[in-house]
Amino acid sequence: MSGHSTYEPKTGFERWLDSRLPILRFMNDTALDFPTPKNLNYWWTFGGILALMLALQLATGIVLAMHYVPHVGHAFASVERIMRDVNYGWLIRYMHANGASMFFVAVYIHMLRNLYYGSYKAPREVLWILGCVIYLLMMATAFMGYVLPWGQMSFHGAVVITNLIGALPIVGEPITTLLWGGPAVDNPTLNRFFSLHYLLPFAIAGVVILHIWALHVPGNNNPTGVEVKSKADTVPFHPYYTVKDGFAISLFLLLFASFVFYNPNVLGHPDNYIPANPLVTPAHIVPEWYFLPFYAILRAVPDKLGGVLLMFGAIGTLFVLPWLDTSKVRSMRYRPTARLYFFIFVVASLVLGYCGGQLPDDPVIGGVSGLILLDADINSFVWLSRVATAYYFAYFWLVLPVLGLTETPLQPPESISTPVLSHPAATPAGAAASPEKRG
Amino acid sequence: MLRKGIALAALGLAFVTGPALASGGGEPLKHMSWSFNGPFGKYDAGQLQRGYKVYREVCAACHAMSLVSFRNLGEPGGPFYDPEFKNPNDNPVVKALAADIQVADIDSETGDAIKRAAVPADRFPSPFANDAAAAASNGGAVPPDLSVIAKARQGGPDYLYSLMTGYRAAPTGLKVGPGQSYNVYMAGDLAAYWSGDAHHVPKGGFIAMPPPLAAGKVTFDDGSPSTVEQQAKDVSAFLMWAAEPKMMERKQFGLGAMIYLLLFSVILWFSYKRVWRNVGH
Repeated sequence: MSGHSTYEPKTGFERWLDSRLPILRFMNDTALDFPTPKNLNYWWTFGGILALMLALQLATGIVLAMHYVPHVGHAFASVERIMRDVNYGWLIRYMHANGASMFFVAVYIHMLRNLYYGSYKAPREVLWILGCVIYLLMMATAFMGYVLPWGQMSFHGAVVITNLIGALPIVGEPITTLLWGGPAVDNPTLNRFFSLHYLLPFAIAGVVILHIWALHVPGNNNPTGVEVKSKADTVPFHPYYTVKDGFAISLFLLLFASFVFYNPNVLGHPDNYIPANPLVTPAHIVPEWYFLPFYAILRAVPDKLGGVLLMFGAIGTLFVLPWLDTSKVRSMRYRPTARLYFFIFVVASLVLGYCGGQLPDDPVIGGVSGLILLDADINSFVWLSRVATAYYFAYFWLVLPVLGLTETPLQPPESISTPVLSHPAATPAGAAASPEKRG
Repeated sequence: MLRKGIALAALGLAFVTGPALASGGGEPLKHMSWSFNGPFGKYDAGQLQRGYKVYREVCAACHAMSLVSFRNLGEPGGPFYDPEFKNPNDNPVVKALAADIQVADIDSETGDAIKRAAVPADRFPSPFANDAAAAASNGGAVPPDLSVIAKARQGGPDYLYSLMTGYRAAPTGLKVGPGQSYNVYMAGDLAAYWSGDAHHVPKGGFIAMPPPLAAGKVTFDDGSPSTVEQQAKDVSAFLMWAAEPKMMERKQFGLGAMIYLLLFSVILWFSYKRVWRNVGH
């Protein structure tokens, strides 16, 4: 999509097509010949993994939709019919349900890789923002998908989340009414969630195309964060990265398969195998694991509207990240201080995820009762959430802006090839060059 | 790098897999060794047959199992599967078991509501006409449908076994309401009903189901001793099968998929090493 095209039509038909619709040229330049930095490590394979997961979710979802009945009286039983009577229905449904979780595992790793190597910085801001849009669409899609089996967690999760939107001033109530399609979560809600759950993945696919387009204009970032200087810094995408991504995808599928075949329900909640009953509220409503950090942020704030704003703020912050980080050095390989703060950020996010699954007032350390501060014991998950939430926001709004101005980064290499050439392989040309280094 | 990635992913999953599910109060569950545990686990047909008998003679009096059909009993992995009858509707054992049960139907000649003997294609009939009738007959509590109960409770069959063997005489100082039983595995908070030492509130909770099993209540056709433990274990296994009838097929399929992916990964690894052999990176 950018730079000089290396495509040469080989047959008469290809020449004919190339002057009318250069789709083969496009495919060649994007997926085969695209010059890619030669030092990408395995953290860069998650883009390919995500593309595959999207394709798998679409394929399994389309088949599920052939059998699913979006009606409050039939949804639960129709899902169980898929499990029992549809040929390989159990496989398709478990792939779809666990695929959503795997999709989020991959997207979180993909995003953290971005944060670590500074891939969101100029000239890749639009690429990053498009990624944030995809993430936001994924969250909406996953939430609505979880509602479809119409189990207890589906129903009560939908009630909690749609009520949150109602807390927003002015727009809140009309949006909630539109989502509900009536005075409460009921059959119209299920119907429109099904419709949107089918629609949004195609919107995601569309934004993914923009995401890849925006990737191919500046090209990939790389672990050094140094821009590509010459052809010596790159290899063609195919076969070098098709095979490397392929290997990583295969390993990721092994992880995926271990859930689908041997632990298909471990990432879900048992209560969702109880048919939805509006009159019985589960003892403990929790969202799916991938929403838990945001759920913890929501509950860290005693005020409902404040919690909702902070939760959306946690995602909104990501959109402005390229302008918050003031450092000129991209990769944290050369930013030892920033690296430390980054790892604390990862821990804070995991802590938030853990807190999101606990009861807010439960003690973090059992048996010890500490000081009551404001509304809760300081030895409680709500206070741990508050500390982690404060760090989450401080990392973006305080650490990254200030650190870029105050820290002394290490000297990044001149070019991608320099660190390689500074450790020349002691093997003759043609033999495997430094096989112990896997980039 | 890769190893670190996997370790991190594993750590992440370890963090996320345990969001507070135990709503507290119950004793830790008894962990049984089930024939279907582990990646190669299989259902034990004899155990499922005994479990079906317990369900039919005890549980079915109050609990529906509306997602299960008689034909399921004769499908691969099911209690009465017979390789001779690929179509479970032809399986004579299944036909006989179905014929023992009366189901509601409409006479197509007259339009009258009638009762007829079930056929394998019929669903298990529900003991009550509706939830209101179920509640009225059971002190206000609707006995839950058991079709997927083993997946709908944290701990699955371990929970079911523990619950059915978890009835105890209430300790002195615990006030048990009418129509309630004390069960040490039931989730609940008994502090409000406890007049003893506030630091030693008994574990467990109240359950509207009276102890369902008793020694000798079911006579097993294979001569297995009819103890409460045996009945509880067999019916828990049966309920696990009912919730997850395709588990054996799933694990079998999974073995093939894992071997395939493993070999594919090895081939890709060597291809990767070969493709990259001339590139310093």
